[in-house]
Amino acid sequence: MLKRHGVLPGFSITMGFTLLYLSLIVLVPLSATFLKSATLGWDGFWAVITVPRVLASYKLTFGAALAGALINALFGLLVAWVLVRYDFFGKKLIDAFVDLPFALPTAVAGIALATLYSSKGWIGQLFAPLGIKIAYTPIGVIIALTFIGLPFVVRTVQPVLEDFETELEEAAASLGANRWQTFQKIILPTLLPALLTGFALAFARAVGEYGSVIFIAGNIPMVSEITPLLIITKLEQYDYAGATALAVSMLIVSFGLLLAINGLQRWSQARRA
Amino acid sequence: MSSIALPSPIDRTRTAGRIHREPALIRWLLIALALVFLFGFLFLPLAVVFSQALSKGWAAYGAALIEPNALSAIWLTVLAAATAVPLNLVFGIAAAWAIAKFEFSGKSLLMTLIDLPFSVSPVVSGLIYVLLFGLQGWLGPWLQAHDIKLIFAVPGIVLATIFVTFPFVARELIPLMQAQGTEEEEAAIVLGATGWQTFWRVTLPNVKWGLLYGVILCNARAMGEFGAVSVVSGHIRGMTNTVPLHVEILYNEYNSAAAFAVASVLALLALVTLAAKSFVEWRMQRP
Repeated sequence: MLKRHGVLPGFSITMGFTLLYLSLIVLVPLSATFLKSATLGWDGFWAVITVPRVLASYKLTFGAALAGALINALFGLLVAWVLVRYDFFGKKLIDAFVDLPFALPTAVAGIALATLYSSKGWIGQLFAPLGIKIAYTPIGVIIALTFIGLPFVVRTVQPVLEDFETELEEAAASLGANRWQTFQKIILPTLLPALLTGFALAFARAVGEYGSVIFIAGNIPMVSEITPLLIITKLEQYDYAGATALAVSMLIVSFGLLLAINGLQRWSQARRA
Repeated sequence: MSSIALPSPIDRTRTAGRIHREPALIRWLLIALALVFLFGFLFLPLAVVFSQALSKGWAAYGAALIEPNALSAIWLTVLAAATAVPLNLVFGIAAAWAIAKFEFSGKSLLMTLIDLPFSVSPVVSGLIYVLLFGLQGWLGPWLQAHDIKLIFAVPGIVLATIFVTFPFVARELIPLMQAQGTEEEEAAIVLGATGWQTFWRVTLPNVKWGLLYGVILCNARAMGEFGAVSVVSGHIRGMTNTVPLHVEILYNEYNSAAAFAVASVLALLALVTLAAKSFVEWRMQRP
């Protein structure tokens, strides 16, 4: 009666449980959110998200996430290169440490970064005499988002570098390319899918980030307020419709990024096959 | 040259000659640059946590941890993790079994759904439950009529924790079980084992390190979750505050030594997570 999907037992029960769990935990709450925002109507929705304060928060959230992801793309590549290609004292320890932003709770990271970069903090006080404020400004937000995305690029580029066929480099060298040319024309293009995937992952993570940013941002409307904070502010004011509209706009971006990342990962795997 | 160390299996560039290596100066420059970056972004924040935690001495450190609100926050965090992790473990195993051992259409849609919490902002993750179970939500009036409190109470916190952590075990197990294929399980079935026996005696031992890895990550995230829990909790001290929320409250009251003292517990948990992660990765690579 039922189409057999394989010879092993247990398909219906595991599939059924999986779908039930997903529906209860993910699909039902998400549909409630989308339906609620639909009650606003298209005009109402658009009115909420084009208010200047909201637009400023979008600019900060997405702009700082982009800056952080770009920094991570550059330095993540550097760190992955150094970890795979070179040897130095303490390399294994440092390699394990790269995952700290994954493991450290975001609130802890948030207060640590805020303290570190405040004008009396260890790093902040180096910049204070120059008149540069880091904490409580958009620069602080960029720093926090760089921290949070740090492992993504490193961990997506590392496996590709480890599997890299050095024969290609040797061939280039024997054909007369210098090291920089080899890097530019052979190594970098091969790493590009993984680099882009890591960049997209870091960007996606940074866009929604709350805990690490909330302490170091100034949270001043129009200047240093991130979109998640605005959602919470609206919730506290019982503006459920507004909070929902903002949440849906962020969800749409999240889904778009998720599709892009899946596509990038497929491209990356096709390249390596 | 005598500077060439023993070649390791992965590092083939060493034994292949010098024509395609960067000059030593460039190498050391790159290493130094990478280390400075990592020092500034990883080590310093961690150092700040412990330095600030102990800034008022060990007595104040201890007092901050055994204070009643801190203890109830720790209890709530442990409760949330102890509920979310086993449930997500069962889900992860079920989902991985269905996805890895069978063929059906819609598999990649299912996997994308499982990946969803990773791309959703924590605040939005909490919001969707407030919209469903809050007073103004769909089920709000029904819950109120039956005097069930979910939002701004412990069950809501557990729910939000489950949402943000459920992919971890599944994501570890699915590629692992897909790579292992179905031959061993099929052999067991042919030899007369029941489904359960096959699972316990064939599949589970094969995936045990991946499973442990997923559980470690799931637990770390469950205990550290901040944004989602912040939205669904009521921030009621002594009742609906987890450890990260408690840290936030202490910090916002300018009680930074106590805030960092409690935060240092989470930081130690993070270090233990990293160590466990490295150990499991090492075991997974052994034949």
